[in-house]
Amino acid sequence: MADLETFKEEVRAVIAEHLPPELRVGNRSDLPKEPLGKWINVMADRGWITPEWPTEYGGGGLDRKHAAALKAELKKVKAPVVSSFGVSMLGPTLLEYGTEEQKKEFLPKISNHTMRWCQGFSEPGSGSDLASLQCRAEKDGDEYVITGQKIWTTSADRADWIFCLVRTDFDAPKHEGISFILFPMHQDEVEVAPLTLIDGSAHFSQVFFNGARAKAEHVVGPLNGGWTVAKRLLQHERSTDGSSDGGIGGAAKESISDFVKRTVGMENGQLADATIRERLAAHEIDKRGLSLTMRRAAEEARAGQKGRDIGSLGKFRWANMVKNEQDIAVDSSGSQGLGWEGPGFDDKQLERTRKWLITRADSIWGGTNEIQMNVIAKRVLGIPE
Amino acid sequence: MAVILSEEQLMLRESAQTFLADQSPVTRMRELRDAFDDKGYTPEIWKQMADLGWLGILLSEDHGGSGMGVADLGVVLWEAGKALAPEPLLSTLLLGANAVRLSSNEAVQKDVLPAVAEGERVVALALEETGRFNPYNVETKVEGGAISGTKLHVLDAHVADQIVVVARASGAAGDRDGLALYLVDANADGVKITRNRRMDGRNAATVEFDGVEVGAERLLGDADLLDQVIDQATVGLASEMLGTAEEAFERTLQYLKDREQFGQKIGTFQALRHRAAMMFAELEFARSIVRDALSAVDEGREDASLCVSAAKAQASKAGRLIGAEAIQMFGGIGMTDEEEIGLFFKRLKAAELTLGDETYHQRRFAALQGY
Repeated sequence: MADLETFKEEVRAVIAEHLPPELRVGNRSDLPKEPLGKWINVMADRGWITPEWPTEYGGGGLDRKHAAALKAELKKVKAPVVSSFGVSMLGPTLLEYGTEEQKKEFLPKISNHTMRWCQGFSEPGSGSDLASLQCRAEKDGDEYVITGQKIWTTSADRADWIFCLVRTDFDAPKHEGISFILFPMHQDEVEVAPLTLIDGSAHFSQVFFNGARAKAEHVVGPLNGGWTVAKRLLQHERSTDGSSDGGIGGAAKESISDFVKRTVGMENGQLADATIRERLAAHEIDKRGLSLTMRRAAEEARAGQKGRDIGSLGKFRWANMVKNEQDIAVDSSGSQGLGWEGPGFDDKQLERTRKWLITRADSIWGGTNEIQMNVIAKRVLGIPE
Repeated sequence: MAVILSEEQLMLRESAQTFLADQSPVTRMRELRDAFDDKGYTPEIWKQMADLGWLGILLSEDHGGSGMGVADLGVVLWEAGKALAPEPLLSTLLLGANAVRLSSNEAVQKDVLPAVAEGERVVALALEETGRFNPYNVETKVEGGAISGTKLHVLDAHVADQIVVVARASGAAGDRDGLALYLVDANADGVKITRNRRMDGRNAATVEFDGVEVGAERLLGDADLLDQVIDQATVGLASEMLGTAEEAFERTLQYLKDREQFGQKIGTFQALRHRAAMMFAELEFARSIVRDALSAVDEGREDASLCVSAAKAQASKAGRLIGAEAIQMFGGIGMTDEEEIGLFFKRLKAAELTLGDETYHQRRFAALQGY
């Protein structure tokens, strides 16, 4: 591996040559498609979409330091972050539990961003109690026949394949009859119905399986051992959530304090509304508490200092924090915070209102706040059930 | 900038734990309270704290100390908070003597600081004149070389050998300009100290100054010095609160695991489990913010005051929640004077209202953030 400085220069050279200015604006949904596609290919050719995966599976073969340097260089120029369910969740799970054949078949296509994945976990009757899922997979020769329904499937309308939890043993206790299986979405027996949420967005779908087919060799991990695999995968999901700084908007967007300065105005150098002012300060102190605690969790782990797992607080406190930020934004706007679209409301207010709506979900998905607190009480604080 | 304890701090913590576990069970604080002991602390233990080097942590070697930081003293205060130790650590090390240490009055430093390090001198800070904390609201006057006025809630004044007085040389109550800090002997003519009896058993007094003579040689500084002293004391107190809150939390957690009702441990009830998780979260946030603020103060970071206010606000929030939940979860037994949890509850409340409560520090945080 090249030494770190040489590698950084290499990254900078690639950026200079291949990353056009219109893509140097951070992550946005409206990036121009063609330049984005080209840039993704440039990244994929070097294995940089999955920098730490082995090169034989299409990864970059980089160690942690080099991968971090790559990420830092890309962040400096606000390059779009190329991520997907395949990259952040399925890939790491296959690396841990997949057979050699599965790794060879799927990882390169995830690394080069040509196979898009969706996640089939939740069902209408199985939200927080995920293990009660009912979607069935019945053996038929060297295939499984899948019948049932999934919900909250992100980007199901655009996915090529699904990683799915299905029940393969109907008599076993609920956690012990579940398998983790992969199959293609493009079959007549798979039906996708988009779901519109309270903020008007439609990134999720319901998915119906009416006898869809999966190859038996595409079960990941042991048959009926899918619960363990899924739990591991959800850890990847939670670590993605909790490590986010929760900064709605990011650097380019207006901070909550600037937003509130506009909505309630300033008087004698202070926000004109004393209650909003105190709520904002409380929010910013809470946000500090969260980010410093996540940093402390990492530093204590690195220093080998043992204690309770404070990282476990990340998900539910992050959810509370982002919800509270939007509460303050909308409350500070009064009736101007009620806009849905069109004239009468400025864009930033409209955006805050939609965020206020969609952030309600942060304390629900990825394990509700109540589930998070149950887990903390049991595993972290050791209170017997 | 550090949010975790260094190797040296871990060792310091361990030695503090060992010493306090051995010498300072919570029953000691209760006995002193019940006897309304003249001093309200144990002089032999104060001396031992000096021998352990605690009293000289902040002091330079020239003054008999070890030249360590507020973050190191914070470790000791954290443990003292767990044990509810009543010794005048905060009042002397971070208020009175710290005003001397942070001043540029070398003659006074030479007289005071080595004696503090030896455990032979207690120094208080007389600042407040109203109930709600408001550090510039000073009417006590210094005029023609004499101080007159009344100071409230002066921590450990009844056992102080000397008192640093915040007086006004010019301007009106509320002005930051015109403040002057002087060192006064507690037994000087015109000083009258009336001990308070407070619900938390913490030692404080009302101090009246009636034309107490001071010379320029006893002048320590102005509002710049006061601000620095208050910041350091505030983050030190926040650290002490962490200890008290942590111990109250651990005892409550244990109670949830032990206490049975309806044939099961009360910790099995989800309503209590979730609240325990919330207490844990607030406590850990406080710990992170306090550690950060301690190092901000030691490093002289530009945002140190902001960090300190965040720390005291969060420590107050956590302390308030944990104190209230501890009493509620202990139930009837938690209402009795006999159960020790009540002592923690009271100490947390006293610390919350000392040097500015959550609201005070939220407002200060907002002002420092420019809104």
